[in-house]
Amino acid sequence: MTPAAVAEAAEAGADAGDVAVANYREALRMALREELTRDERVFVMGEEVGVFDGAYKVTAGLLDEFGADRIRDTPISEEGFVGAGVGAAMLGERPVVEVMTLNFLIVAMDQVVNHAAKIGAMFGGEVRCPLVIRTPNGAGNQLTAQHSQSMDGWFAGTPGLKVVAPANPADAKGLLKAAIRDDDPVLVIENLRAYTLKGEVPTDPEHVVEIGRAAIPRSGSDLTIVSHGYATTRALAVADRLAESHEVEIEVVDLRSLRPLDVETVAASVVRTHRVLCVEEGWPSYGVTAELAARIQRACFDDLDAPVERVGMAEVPLPYAKNLETAALPNEDRVAAAALATLGLGPAA
Amino acid sequence: MQVLQEERAAVGIDLYRQMVLIREFETEAESQYKAAHIGGYCHLSSGQEATNVGTVHALEADDLLVTGYRCHGFALARGVPARAAMAELFGREGGCANGRGGSMHLLDVERGFYGGWGIVAGQLPIATGLALGLVRQDRPQAVLCELGEGAVNMGAWHESLNLAAVWRLPVVFLVVNNGYGMGTAVDRASAEPDVFRRAESYRMPGERVDGDDLDAVIEASERLLSAARQDRQPAVLEAVTYRFRGHSVADAGLAYRTREEIAEREARDPISRVREQLIAAGASEEELDAVVAEVEAEVADAVAYAEADAEPPVAELAAGMHAAGSDAQFERMRPGSPFGERELIFDAGLGR
Repeated sequence: MTPAAVAEAAEAGADAGDVAVANYREALRMALREELTRDERVFVMGEEVGVFDGAYKVTAGLLDEFGADRIRDTPISEEGFVGAGVGAAMLGERPVVEVMTLNFLIVAMDQVVNHAAKIGAMFGGEVRCPLVIRTPNGAGNQLTAQHSQSMDGWFAGTPGLKVVAPANPADAKGLLKAAIRDDDPVLVIENLRAYTLKGEVPTDPEHVVEIGRAAIPRSGSDLTIVSHGYATTRALAVADRLAESHEVEIEVVDLRSLRPLDVETVAASVVRTHRVLCVEEGWPSYGVTAELAARIQRACFDDLDAPVERVGMAEVPLPYAKNLETAALPNEDRVAAAALATLGLGPAA
Repeated sequence: MQVLQEERAAVGIDLYRQMVLIREFETEAESQYKAAHIGGYCHLSSGQEATNVGTVHALEADDLLVTGYRCHGFALARGVPARAAMAELFGREGGCANGRGGSMHLLDVERGFYGGWGIVAGQLPIATGLALGLVRQDRPQAVLCELGEGAVNMGAWHESLNLAAVWRLPVVFLVVNNGYGMGTAVDRASAEPDVFRRAESYRMPGERVDGDDLDAVIEASERLLSAARQDRQPAVLEAVTYRFRGHSVADAGLAYRTREEIAEREARDPISRVREQLIAAGASEEELDAVVAEVEAEVADAVAYAEADAEPPVAELAAGMHAAGSDAQFERMRPGSPFGERELIFDAGLGR
């Protein structure tokens, strides 16, 4: 570890052993620092990643460590610099492009969907695009309609892309590292509220989480909740709450990867529990949970004791007023109510 | 012709050969398209050959080239074999993109040609990134990024020129101004129809050249590319030319321009112009006729090759989409896993 990394690990409460307690943004920074150190081809670019220390402080301190060529500030120019990442990647560089939020990535949609995603197949495998785009989705801070979206399904539904969405600090580190080492374009969807989540993070620079593998952070036999990103935090809280209040054991499947989607782990869980609730931060119509529902009914038709249930953000452009925002989010009360309905313990959702 | 006068007669003849090859190739492509052997869109370069050949001639072997979708001429000038280009148009395995790209997406990475791209101006940010890659890799080369004049009203044009200037990247943006973005004349689309002047906004050189004057194109391209290589000086080069055919093969090209205008431009055919210069410089009619005959045979051979070449196997529908090693990542999403859905994800070709 570099001296700064040691200091940071100490500040984050590192054990002498191989696990540090760190928050999600520190875990991402750890991954960036390790990969920047490991591979000269890796560089970071985006708005305010350098001098400003990162809009959400993920890249804080990296400019001093690695210099302005490798921690490259960009103008406010998403289509330009995401596309520059595509071009640099085609030449064998390993750009990690930070986009301030997923809402702004939509400005660069042409480069992501029409370009990056197409390169491998459209050019017959003659050239690759090992590009990483990192960006947070999410709502809950009264950021209102234009800054609170989670269009995860748009990207996950695009062949040629890989999409991961870590829910906790260890996976934030491991999946970002996997994305950087991958030879294809990978979108890493982070989450604004997740940045402060704390957890144990392996300090091993080879801690890489395989893309395409879901995790089961909580086992249970009565109901499966399938989620990703910040929705997993909600799911785990609801599982605790209902274990207490209703003595039900909920299994939580954290997808971690949206494309490839680990249908196998989801279905194996549903086969055990016979009931499933899918939760996402974004709008459910045509969303990740829609995809999950389609696949689950196909894979588990004979095993289901209840219809596949879904909870997501209310289908409105998110309002500003705190009470309205709260009502619109897939908050714990809504998830809990849907879980109980799916269990036959509450009114239908 | 200056190129010739400087004891470069062989080079001059070769440039003529390339121009004729492009014209013959495009003429044949149009016939094959009308015979339904080529599908999709097919944008021809006929009339623009001096720009194709002159700009690419100014590239060094390790320089990079990126174009929009009217890419046949640039690909051939860069040395993509006519067989590989025609087979790509036919959708065959031996095409330069293995039959996956078609007319708009020719490429040849070994020759530094990073693709024809199909979204207007979408290739500009990518060219900027390639130039950034060159700088990061400490390679003293440059990128030539072609676009049509219709692309200069897209946001990606502004963003790319701005980035190239702010980061001082070795890229020359070649605006092929053939007068019409599809059917819209330049002055109906651009508030500043003198496209090269827009470079001033980014404090970079902008020049306009007669795109049908091979020598002028070469001279300007060499100078700007050289500055890009040596000083990382980005630039805009506007080559004013004319496309003899419609926007694509499907467009007769008459709704927005007159037959007289086309005839007048065809009478100033850049290929005839070069031929006259070569004759004046001492080349013989027989010699040049032999070049034409040779090129005709090359194009006929390309068509025969494409016709005989295999179609890509359906079992390799997804070939190339993902990098080697992706198979394992997708195995729980794919057929073969206990819960896969055969019709959603094809199992073939992933990770190859």
